[in-house]
This record gives sequence, structure tokens and C-alpha cells, in this order.
Amino acid sequence: MKYLEEFSDPELARRLLDDIHRTATQPWAMMEVCGGQTHSIIRHGLDQLLPDGIELIHGPGCPVCVTPLEMIDKALEIASRPDVIFCSFGDMLRVPGSDRDLFRVKSAGGDVRVVYSPMDALAIARANPDKQVVFFGIGFETTAPPNAMTVHEAKRLGIENFSLLVSHVRVPPAIEAIMTAPVCRVQAFLAAGHVCTVMGTGEYPELTERYQVPIVVTGFEPLDILEGIRRAVHQLEEGRHELENAYARVVSDDGNPTARRMLDDVFDVVDRSWRGIGMIPQSGWRLSEKYREYDAEHRFAVTGIDTHESTVCRSGEVLQGLLKPHECEAFGTACTPRNPLGATMVSSEGACAAYYLYRRLSTPPQQRTPAEEVSSVG
Amino acid sequence: MVESGQASPPQLLPTPTVPAPDFEGWTCPLPLRDSPQIVMGHGGGGAMTAELIEHLFLPALANERPDRLGDSAVLDLGGARIAFSTDSFVVRPLFFPGGSIGDLAVNGTVNDLAMSGAQPAYLSAGFILEEGTDVAVVAAVADRVGAAAREAGVEVVTGDTKVVDAGHGDGVYVNTAGIGLVPAGVHIGPHRAEVGDAVIVSGDIGVHGVAIMSVREGLEFGTEIRSDCAPLAGLVAAMLAVTPDLHALRDPTRGGLGTALNEIASASGVGVELDEGRIPVPEMVRNACSLLGLDPLYVANEGKLVAFVPPDQAEAVLAAMREHPYGADAAVIGTCVPEHPGMVVARTGFGATRVVDVPIGEQLPRIC
Repeated sequence: MKYLEEFSDPELARRLLDDIHRTATQPWAMMEVCGGQTHSIIRHGLDQLLPDGIELIHGPGCPVCVTPLEMIDKALEIASRPDVIFCSFGDMLRVPGSDRDLFRVKSAGGDVRVVYSPMDALAIARANPDKQVVFFGIGFETTAPPNAMTVHEAKRLGIENFSLLVSHVRVPPAIEAIMTAPVCRVQAFLAAGHVCTVMGTGEYPELTERYQVPIVVTGFEPLDILEGIRRAVHQLEEGRHELENAYARVVSDDGNPTARRMLDDVFDVVDRSWRGIGMIPQSGWRLSEKYREYDAEHRFAVTGIDTHESTVCRSGEVLQGLLKPHECEAFGTACTPRNPLGATMVSSEGACAAYYLYRRLSTPPQQRTPAEEVSSVG
Repeated sequence: MVESGQASPPQLLPTPTVPAPDFEGWTCPLPLRDSPQIVMGHGGGGAMTAELIEHLFLPALANERPDRLGDSAVLDLGGARIAFSTDSFVVRPLFFPGGSIGDLAVNGTVNDLAMSGAQPAYLSAGFILEEGTDVAVVAAVADRVGAAAREAGVEVVTGDTKVVDAGHGDGVYVNTAGIGLVPAGVHIGPHRAEVGDAVIVSGDIGVHGVAIMSVREGLEFGTEIRSDCAPLAGLVAAMLAVTPDLHALRDPTRGGLGTALNEIASASGVGVELDEGRIPVPEMVRNACSLLGLDPLYVANEGKLVAFVPPDQAEAVLAAMREHPYGADAAVIGTCVPEHPGMVVARTGFGATRVVDVPIGEQLPRIC
């Protein structure tokens, strides 16, 4: 596999940074949409290297973080059933529901399995015909096609003991929600490169026009991100607001038409609730009528979910870019990756977890009161 | 287990009294505090494992030895200094590219002894077999135990066999314990790292963990990745021949290099500053970790060590390591600093810094 080392070259990074420093004449705030980009920025310390006025606002693009609490609680309920094998991507297991997480369901005897590909869940269904196998289908346009493929294949092969618990979300409506929020500080977007790999770039010119905001399709390696920032800074300084593709080695204008056809066949666009943010119109998918029998919500008819969200957690403001993780009172004290109050502290793509893992040294000490310091000492 | 001063009548089958754990007494923010069950993360070698040991096992065992958290204990017995260690092995699959549960069982304990500077001498081996397991499989495991012991220069001198019901084990579990002699003048311990010490790793990291994952999950990375499973006592002896004053040694198994460094930083009260670009990570490991959303710093090794060496000895120790087949790719990856005591901080390739933390439980593959 190539294109990892090459896109982490310090000398090339230096050149991009020099260009950004030369170009930026005033403060600008831009949002990287995807949690993978947030993780990469914080892990490599890229934000420490930018001019003081260039602020990166961490966007809502961590699929684990924005999966609504009600859906997590449904997952916990379904996974607890003795006839169910519940399959999930790994980082969903520690996300807190109202009163527990999937790890606890597993330790209490639930059959919860981590899979690397949703098709593995389908294989588990074939191998266990006496069990109901449920896959937790979460994520953006990136994970939606392979998840769609599972129900498509289940129907084609007549695998009736498989179902999908769907909580898929779409990026463009989220960008729109951020731009129309009462408080919006975002002046440019680094769009999520891999989302565009599937969807292409066709959804964005309209947004750049309507909200007069530059959107730069950006990748995930350090040089990719710096190039995205560089192009955004150039647009902002020149007063342009265009769609640019800084990840052309992976993203084509059309995206992946086969994957998009799969999405159109399997899913219907619906309103979706985002954890910490709320309802965003037309921002998600559910299984279409044709595949309704593979919908785990339909099959298990989970009702009576009574959700309890932490009253302390301010992940909603973090997800909207209104608050930096370390500015939250609970950060690093009541809320740590080991004892997370909100999903942004769980996934390594979550902004709070990324700050906690990599940034505690630079967290301003005045953010903590002496009493909190004591409670944080292990 | 006597509850009061009065003698209780003898019983054929004494009923064990299991006191309810007092979670209020736990001083750390305990994960899953309100669900007192063991989860997989307790075995991950990270913070959850450490808490279980610190708050549950150590108080129960009431042991105040300063080296109680080392890879092995060093005991004075009749004038000799004996290192003593034990380890259990529950790996799946039993055989994997580059090794087997038998190799791990020998090398794991041999390496724990070697991290005290001991020359390993004798091992015990306990086999817990699951009903229904093919005898040929057990024979193959035993064969590997014997072969690995011969390579490591130790003798397996005592053992035990138990069989559990089908479904109550994973084919074969192996426990080994071992003893070895610590040479005079050698006092290696996780609490002995000092400001100025060079941090040396003996070679490529993350190889064993990725090898296991690739067979367990059926992941393919183009070329076969073979476990680095190896006995390290010879390498340690070569290092001790340069100077008996090695400060700390650790074989970064579960939890990986990142966890091992944190343990030593925390036990010694020094800061560790890493130069990320110098940490030897093979391209295959980097790619596999990148695909799975894992950090090579937390992936298991079975044939590597990390050493904290006084600065004036670092160059000579490094040279001696590179002469040895199991240390050919050794590299200085950082130093001990007075800043941020107990914490490990990496300088990234771009000149920024990040904290290298202890993982909580097991690393979880990221979604995308």
C-alpha cells in the first residue's frame, strides 16, 4: 500500500505551511467536517503549526458521536435478547447508552461481536440459521454502501435471519444546518474526502453559492489536510467561495455511481436526529419499503425506550463547533475516555477523545478548579 | 478463610464466602463501576488491567514488595537472587505465522524473567485442555513448548494437566512459571529510570499483534506478516555485558510499547519524550494499523524489549544490541526528561507534540 508515507513528508508539509503563513493576513475559522480529519489533525499536531488566527473548528463528522441515544438504547435492547447475535464496528461498543454500553451487554452474556466488514455479519447469519443476526449500520455516505450491500445480498440469497439497525446520516444537510444555525462561526469547510469518493462533488456547488462559503474536498493524511487548509485560506483571502477538490487522487466529480445506485435502491432519505445536535431535515437514511423486512427496528419492534442524556455533557456544542472540548467543565474530570459522559469522548474520531488522548499537556490549567484536579487524580 | 476467632466445625465441602466487592473504596474513576462484571478490557493490558491489579488483587494479596508490579519478582533465597514469574496464554488461533501458543508460553515467561536481568533456568507448564480437542493438536503444542524451551536454554521441569468440559475453553490454554538467577550487581526495575536515560527499543514494533489479527480476522495485507515471538534472555545478557547498570527493561507485549513506556514513566516519576520518527514501525504494520484505525504503539510485541539506559552507556549498549540477532534493528527512540513526570509525549514528524496515553482496555478498530 502506497500513499501514506508520501503524504506525511515533513519537508513538503513545511512548504504548505509556509504558503499558509504567507497568505493569511487575517483570522479565519474553518470546519473540518469528518472525525477522521479531526483525529489526524490532533494526532499530528497540525493545528499547532498554523498561523495563530487560523482556527480549525471540529465538525460533526464522527459517526459514532452523532448516532442518537435512542438508537443506541435500541441497539442495547436488541443485543440483550438471547436469540440475537449483535454485530457492530468496534468503536460503537463503548458508546454510552442511557444506562450501559454494548460491552456491558456482552459481559452480561449478550452475544455481541465486532466485525471488520458488514459482510462478515451476513456470513455469521448464514452460519447461525437458528439465530437472529443484527448489524448496527451507522455512519455517513462512506459506510452506507457496504451496509446497503448486506441487505441487498440478504434478500438476493434469501438469508432471512439477518437484519440491519439503520442510523445512517448524510453530510450535506449537516453543513446546511451548521450554516443556518443562530450562531455560526464557520467561514469555510474542509469537506470529507471519503464521503465524496462515494457521492462525488455534485451536492456542494449549490451550498457554496447559497451560503457564500468555500468548500474544499480534503483528504486525511497530514499533507492532504494542509493542502485543504491552504486552498481554503487562499479562497477566503481572495473573497472567493467555490468548490475545490484537493483530494483528486481519490475523489472524482461523479463519485462511485455503482455505490450510489445501491444507496438509491436500498435506502430512502428521511429526517434524522443527531446526538447532541437534534433533528436535521433530510439528513439520514432508512431502509426503503422494498427492504423493510430487513429493518431491525421493524423486526424487533423495540418500544418503550426512555432515554437519559447526561445533563453535564456539552457534546452538542462541541459537535457544532461552538465549544472546544477542553472548555467543557467535565473535560478530563467527570468525563474521560474511561468514563465518558458523551459519545464525543468515546470514539478516537470524537473531538473530546482526541483532545484528551493527545492534548492534555496543552490544556490550559486554569480550566480546572482545584477540586476537579483532586477528583481527576487516579 | 477464618471469619472470626472461633474455630468452625470441619466441613467436607467448605462453602466459600465471597464478600461483595466494596466499590466505594476504589479511588480511581472505575470503568463500569455500577456493573461489577469482568469485561474483555480488563485483560487488555491497559489502564483497566492496571486498575484491576491495583485495586482488587494487590489489596487481597497484601504484598508491599517494591517490585510487586514488575514483570517478575526478584527474591533473596539462601544468598542467591532468584527472579520468579508466571504468565498464562489464551491466544486464538493456537498456531499462527511465526509462532504458536507453545512458543508464546515459553518465551513469555522467559522474557518476563529476562526483564529483571535474570538468566532463565527452569519453567513449569500447566495445560488446560478442552474436552474434544484433537490429541494431535495438544501434541503439536507440547512439541512447540519443548522446542522453544531448547532454543531459550531453559528446562521444563514440572507441569500439570486439567481437562474442562467442551465449550468451557478454547482448545488449549497454557500457563507457565519460571525462575532464573539474577547476576550480582544487576538491579533492573521499572522505578529506576532517571532523567537523561536513553530509551532504546530492540526492533520493529507491532508485528506480533498484526500477525495475530491477520489470521484471526482473515485480513490480508499482500505479504504474510510473521509474529516476532522470540526469547530475549540472550539479548539482555549481551546488554548486561556492556554494563550491569541498565535501569529499566520491559517487553512490550499486550498494550504495546506505549503502555510499557507509560508504566515505567509512572513508576519512576520521569517524563518520557519520544521522537516519533525514530520508532521502527514496519510498513506492513503501519498500513494494517492505518486500515484498522489502530495505533502501532499499542499493538502487542512478543520478541521486543524497551530499555532505559544511562546516557553515557547508551551508545555501547545500542551497539551490543545491534550485534545480536534479536536486536539488529535496535534504535534510540527518546529520552527521559524532568518535564511532565509520569507522562509520555511524542514529538511528531512535523515538530508538534502529542501525549502518548495508556489505552483503556482493548484497542477498538475504528469505523472508517
